[in-house]
Amino acid sequence: MKTRMHPGNAVVAVILIVAALLPYFVLPAAWLGLATNILVFSLLGVAWNITGGFGGMMSFGHAVLFGSGAYATAMLQLHAGINPWLAALAAMAIAAGVGTFIGALSFRYGLRGSYFALITLAFAEVFRVLASSFAMTGGGQGLSLPLATGLANMQFASRLHNYTFVLLLVVAGLVITTLVQRSRFGAYLVAIRENEAAAQALGIDTFRVKVLAMALSGAIAGAAGVAYMQTFLFVDAQIGFGTVMSFEALLGPVIGGAGTVLGPVLGAVVLHTVGELAREAIGGAPGLNLVFYGLVLLVILRFLPNGLMGLFLGQRRRPATKEQA
Amino acid sequence: MMLRAEGLGKRFGGVVAVDDASLTVQAGRIVALIGPNGAGKTTLFTMISGFQRPDSGRVHFDGQDITTLAPHTICKLGLTRTFQIVQPFAGLTVRENIAVGTHLHHAKRSAALNAADDIAATLGMSAMLDQPAQNLTVAGRKRLELARALATRPKLLLLDEVMAGLIPSEVAEIIPMIRAIRDKGVTILLIEHVMQAVMSLSDEAYVLAQGKMIAHGTPQEVVGNPAVIEAYLGHGAAQRLQRETQDA
Repeated sequence: MKTRMHPGNAVVAVILIVAALLPYFVLPAAWLGLATNILVFSLLGVAWNITGGFGGMMSFGHAVLFGSGAYATAMLQLHAGINPWLAALAAMAIAAGVGTFIGALSFRYGLRGSYFALITLAFAEVFRVLASSFAMTGGGQGLSLPLATGLANMQFASRLHNYTFVLLLVVAGLVITTLVQRSRFGAYLVAIRENEAAAQALGIDTFRVKVLAMALSGAIAGAAGVAYMQTFLFVDAQIGFGTVMSFEALLGPVIGGAGTVLGPVLGAVVLHTVGELAREAIGGAPGLNLVFYGLVLLVILRFLPNGLMGLFLGQRRRPATKEQA
Repeated sequence: MMLRAEGLGKRFGGVVAVDDASLTVQAGRIVALIGPNGAGKTTLFTMISGFQRPDSGRVHFDGQDITTLAPHTICKLGLTRTFQIVQPFAGLTVRENIAVGTHLHHAKRSAALNAADDIAATLGMSAMLDQPAQNLTVAGRKRLELARALATRPKLLLLDEVMAGLIPSEVAEIIPMIRAIRDKGVTILLIEHVMQAVMSLSDEAYVLAQGKMIAHGTPQEVVGNPAVIEAYLGHGAAQRLQRETQDA
């Protein structure tokens, strides 16, 4: 095998493992909520990274997949009385289906680059409006799951156990990413990102590969939605399908390093940790964290086109997903 | 018959790019497609390889009608094209670039990468395997284009100006490689402006001018054809040339 593991990957892996273990030993309990949040965003970033990072499909509406997962599991439990674990699997399948549908529709009509970004954003907005309009989805009030702790209900009395649960999901997401990266499917995705016409000429069914990526990304984003739902037992249209969640999905990977395995997690950890510290330092003016996100993004895009992972892997500069006609 | 294109036509708005053009390529041959700039050669290639659908005419490859098939399906059947304007996967290494092609027949990543090494060796690219494609020279990129296409194990290879922009020594290097590819059983249809290559490589040549196929024969026959000379040098050029050679 000629894919040598870059030592930079090992360094980042160690940093992230240490960070992941902090809540078990030193981190004050007050920070556990933030840590769990970061994990949910990391998982969402891992999902975005499959399509956006490896495949170069810049989705601005990944909340549609996240929200579909969260709403689906909640509705299946509330309205159909289905076991949370089964509901979670079904929710992932439904989110994968939503991803397949959006992908098939967009790629069928050759939408790429900013057009794809806009169509995904539009889908998320449509879902947001729909979710706040029907009684079945809880309307403007959203959906709440009744508290029923216990492993069988995928609800954890201890917040640390809940954290562990989400952490395992993130690890699973990273394992899947690694498998993708080392597979023919992953090689084809990257080829499509770099040059779609050349990929077609070499026998790649680009439509099929891209739709499959959307399905996989949907399943993982759906899992993030499920994790959110089981952690906070509440979702509304703004949380589930709002633009904030769509931006969370892409900020982590872009800042951490799109198209790398660990980038989305590294980005989410750094962004939210530093963001929280900045907020504590300045005092919690609402919206200040968004200003901060914007500044971080500007600096990263200017100086680290490959994200933070670029620092560790050396700058093998990737021309950021050229969209040539 | 490896390839048979019959009466292909393509217009872009009011411009007729290709007009009722036909050509056949027999298995095991190297066939050149030449013509002045803007004659429609590349458009003809894009129709044969499935990137554009012809307005009229049919394309048969290896006994099958491929006129309406998608590019990736045509590639899987054994017809692979290269691009005149090279299209490397810029952020990937040379090995990874070629491996995208070898993956067509190797599902496993390691097998595809090993096969890529073998392809690179046959084209004298072993030293560049770990370089990012964007660092390659023009000659390197042209050769990578060839290597990637070859990696899909084509029966018929469509080469679109793989020698354009090369210096004579580089041309002299690539000519025997193309011949070697043919000798291994790959049929070749090439668009080329480098006449040295056309004359020394091809068994026969087609000439396209203003979308129409105006001549077909051995390279020697074709370059002496008055219609071909006029297509390149303008109306009356053939007569003028003849007069001048007589006067001299």
